[in-house]
Amino acid sequence: MSDLVLKNLSMMFANPVGDDVHALSDINFTLKQGEILAVLGPSGCGKTTLLNIVAGFLHPSQGSITLGGKEINSPGVDRGMIFQQGALFEWLTVARNVDFGLRMKGVSKQLINAKVNDWLDIVGLRGLGDTPTYQLSGGMQQRVALARCLINDPELILMDEPLGALDALTREKMQSLILKIWKETGKTIMIITHSVEEALMLGERLFVMAPRPGRLHKEYHLPFAGLGLKQDPRSIKNDIAFAQQREEILGMIWDMEEEIMGQKSDL
Amino acid sequence: MIVGILFIICVLLIIGSIIYSQKVRRREKSDAVFGNPDRAAGGWYWIIAGVSSLMLLWFYFSWDAARSFFPNAANELCQVAKVAYAINPTRSIFPIDSPVLKGTYLLARDTAHLQRIEQQVGRSSFDQSERAQLLQTISEIRSALLILTSSQYVTSKTFAELNTIAVEIEQLTAHFESSGYPGLATTEEEEAVRAQPKWGEIGIEIPFLPVTERGRKFDAASYTIGDISKRFVKIRNKSPHFEKQVTKVKNQIETFQDYSDNVIGLEQSVVAERAKLIKQINQVFKRIDDATIFPPLALDPVERAIRNFDQAQFNAQDNLRYISIFALPGGSIMASAHACSEQGAGRWLPKPADTVRNFLRIMNPAVGYKNVPMLWYEKKQVGKIIAPVIPDWIANLVPGEYPRHSEAGDVPHNFKSKVLNFARGNYRSPALPVPTGHIWDSLVRVFLGLILGVVCGVPLGIFMGLSRFAKGYFDPMIELYRPVPPLAWAPLILTIFGIGDGGKVFLLFMVAFAIMVISARAGATGTQLSKIHAAHSLGASKIQIIRGVILPNSLPEILTGVRVAVGVCWGTLVAAEFLAGTTGIGFVENVARKQSHYEIIWVTIVVLGVLGLIMDLIMRWIIARTIPWRGKG
Repeated sequence: MSDLVLKNLSMMFANPVGDDVHALSDINFTLKQGEILAVLGPSGCGKTTLLNIVAGFLHPSQGSITLGGKEINSPGVDRGMIFQQGALFEWLTVARNVDFGLRMKGVSKQLINAKVNDWLDIVGLRGLGDTPTYQLSGGMQQRVALARCLINDPELILMDEPLGALDALTREKMQSLILKIWKETGKTIMIITHSVEEALMLGERLFVMAPRPGRLHKEYHLPFAGLGLKQDPRSIKNDIAFAQQREEILGMIWDMEEEIMGQKSDL
Repeated sequence: MIVGILFIICVLLIIGSIIYSQKVRRREKSDAVFGNPDRAAGGWYWIIAGVSSLMLLWFYFSWDAARSFFPNAANELCQVAKVAYAINPTRSIFPIDSPVLKGTYLLARDTAHLQRIEQQVGRSSFDQSERAQLLQTISEIRSALLILTSSQYVTSKTFAELNTIAVEIEQLTAHFESSGYPGLATTEEEEAVRAQPKWGEIGIEIPFLPVTERGRKFDAASYTIGDISKRFVKIRNKSPHFEKQVTKVKNQIETFQDYSDNVIGLEQSVVAERAKLIKQINQVFKRIDDATIFPPLALDPVERAIRNFDQAQFNAQDNLRYISIFALPGGSIMASAHACSEQGAGRWLPKPADTVRNFLRIMNPAVGYKNVPMLWYEKKQVGKIIAPVIPDWIANLVPGEYPRHSEAGDVPHNFKSKVLNFARGNYRSPALPVPTGHIWDSLVRVFLGLILGVVCGVPLGIFMGLSRFAKGYFDPMIELYRPVPPLAWAPLILTIFGIGDGGKVFLLFMVAFAIMVISARAGATGTQLSKIHAAHSLGASKIQIIRGVILPNSLPEILTGVRVAVGVCWGTLVAAEFLAGTTGIGFVENVARKQSHYEIIWVTIVVLGVLGLIMDLIMRWIIARTIPWRGKG
């Protein structure tokens, strides 16, 4: 089983002036294969640091992090990344972006072409393979980023505020797409977000993080992601349970932000 | 003729553009407020107006318009200039162009000079009796001046001479103002006029012989007045009294030589000081001895006559004056004894027609410039083409010895010598056409310098953008030489590499290299971290990330750098060719400059401008083709 296991994970950033920043403190959790986890928190709580550690771009100061029993200490193809702005290679066409990972591995051309077409179908970009990516809209760019990540067949998909830059309508469509892919591929997914609604909608599990030092504040197990596979997302959002949950978490984050502001004004 | 038509077309185009612009303005939405950048969009008709204005300026200030509309004006102005040339020595004696009579000026100057010498004598090392002698002589010279300025000593012969001059000038004036002057031209004269080249034809600058009736009048008068003038300036105010006084002073001055040269026991510096003073006295005396000073009113008849004539010829110029001022702006036509020439704007701003003609002439490969065509091709054997890239030492690696000549006097060949011949291109091979000429040489130099700069600069720049070591280590070296203006390096580099292509290419390489390093570094540092992260998690290796992400991501900066480098290299090259070399556009301009060949200078300026523009357009096209995503990522 390729579970993601974090044990006593801490992260300190050296600060040349003033105190060192305690970005993450004593994070412990296990993400089982096939789970979808949303991480939510006020800004500055270490969400992105956590994701970068999982991706292997950062080394933790303390603690261990393993994926399927293997220590993570560098980026790898077993963990695919989706970024807020797509981070596409704009000098390449859609197809060349999608097959970037395969080309780097040196996979044969025919295999690449077949796989690219499959994945373009799945993300709904059929026939756009030869389009330059700079001509695509934001939502389409994120679909390309999804296909580019998934074509490598990673065990774990990491998403860093993937829908943050999209308009509301596109956002909902993309949420459905993510859920669809999650169901069809059975991948483990970890999503960082600052939208409570999105976290509720996508997270089978939901962590709310607290800042200073960044730590796991509260964990929820939610039914909405499972429902989202069958139901229209909008009807779920109109559900009373959804609304209650949202208000609770919003209040929690609101209080955290107030606390931070209070600390600042004390200084 | 053609120029005239073009001139009128240009004027019409400007007027048409203005009318059209008004029409367009009326059609447009009226809410276009000031400050809206859309107001600057479009406007091709203003481009036409601008180009036409530029052409008009050129036609006008190069006097090409004048040549077209007043083809005889230059010739007539040449005749007027001849009169001015002939009359000037006489005019300059009278207070016409200067504030005072020349005699007044000379008298004042000489008197002042004598006064200064007197004071110097007082301070000098001469003894009492010597001083008295010197001062005596100076007062004798003053007496000579007084003889010149008093009319009682002027001889009747001199008066008669002056009178003759005055009468002759008055007669000339009367003739000049009469309608028949100077009479019909002889057939010989007419033929000579017809045989002379027209204004602007190669050879003399402006036809010298008069073409028009008015011109003939001035021409004839110029010879007469020139003759009179020559005689007038030779008249001297010499009377027996004056001659006697001059002899007296001369003898005294001669005895002064003893005061300096023949005194025994004087120091060298004292001898020099004494000699200098005596020499000064002699100088003033020699000037007065010339007897060009007359009594105050003695020259009045001549002055009146000259003024009359001057007025008459000025009146006769009539509309020529306005043509000279308005049609020949920024200069005038000057005459000398045997030729007339354009001076001022007409000289250093060549006429468009002449410039085009010169351009076509040197573009003709058979003519070229300094025996080298501007841009042509030559047949070159393939062996000779590739020889420069095959080093001679590969022949040395072949075992054995090079052959030696035999006693019979023939030179045998072996494999080793054949390899050497191959490396040097000394063998028969098919000939290929290869471009050659000044323009080609300049382009090749820029191209080579640029390619070398890109090939070396881009990798180093990217390396510097990615590595702390490279950035720190190479930065001082580049920042040390980069801010130095490239031309400041030129003398040194041309000394090291010689005046051949090597030095120029290296200079351009230095220029391009620094620009490319900086732009490639900026491109590499500007790569978004998320793209590099993405490439990492897609499994790309370091090399793959550099090739597949950082390099293409830096391409906009790199290509902009190339575009800048092309421009800077082009400028540097021309200046480097100015300094040394035997081919290239800069060389052509430099030679033309030394020979005051203004048409060629303008041709090189235009050629350089057009080539620079073409190179920039090519770069813009390449940029648009290769990085369409720029600014849209």
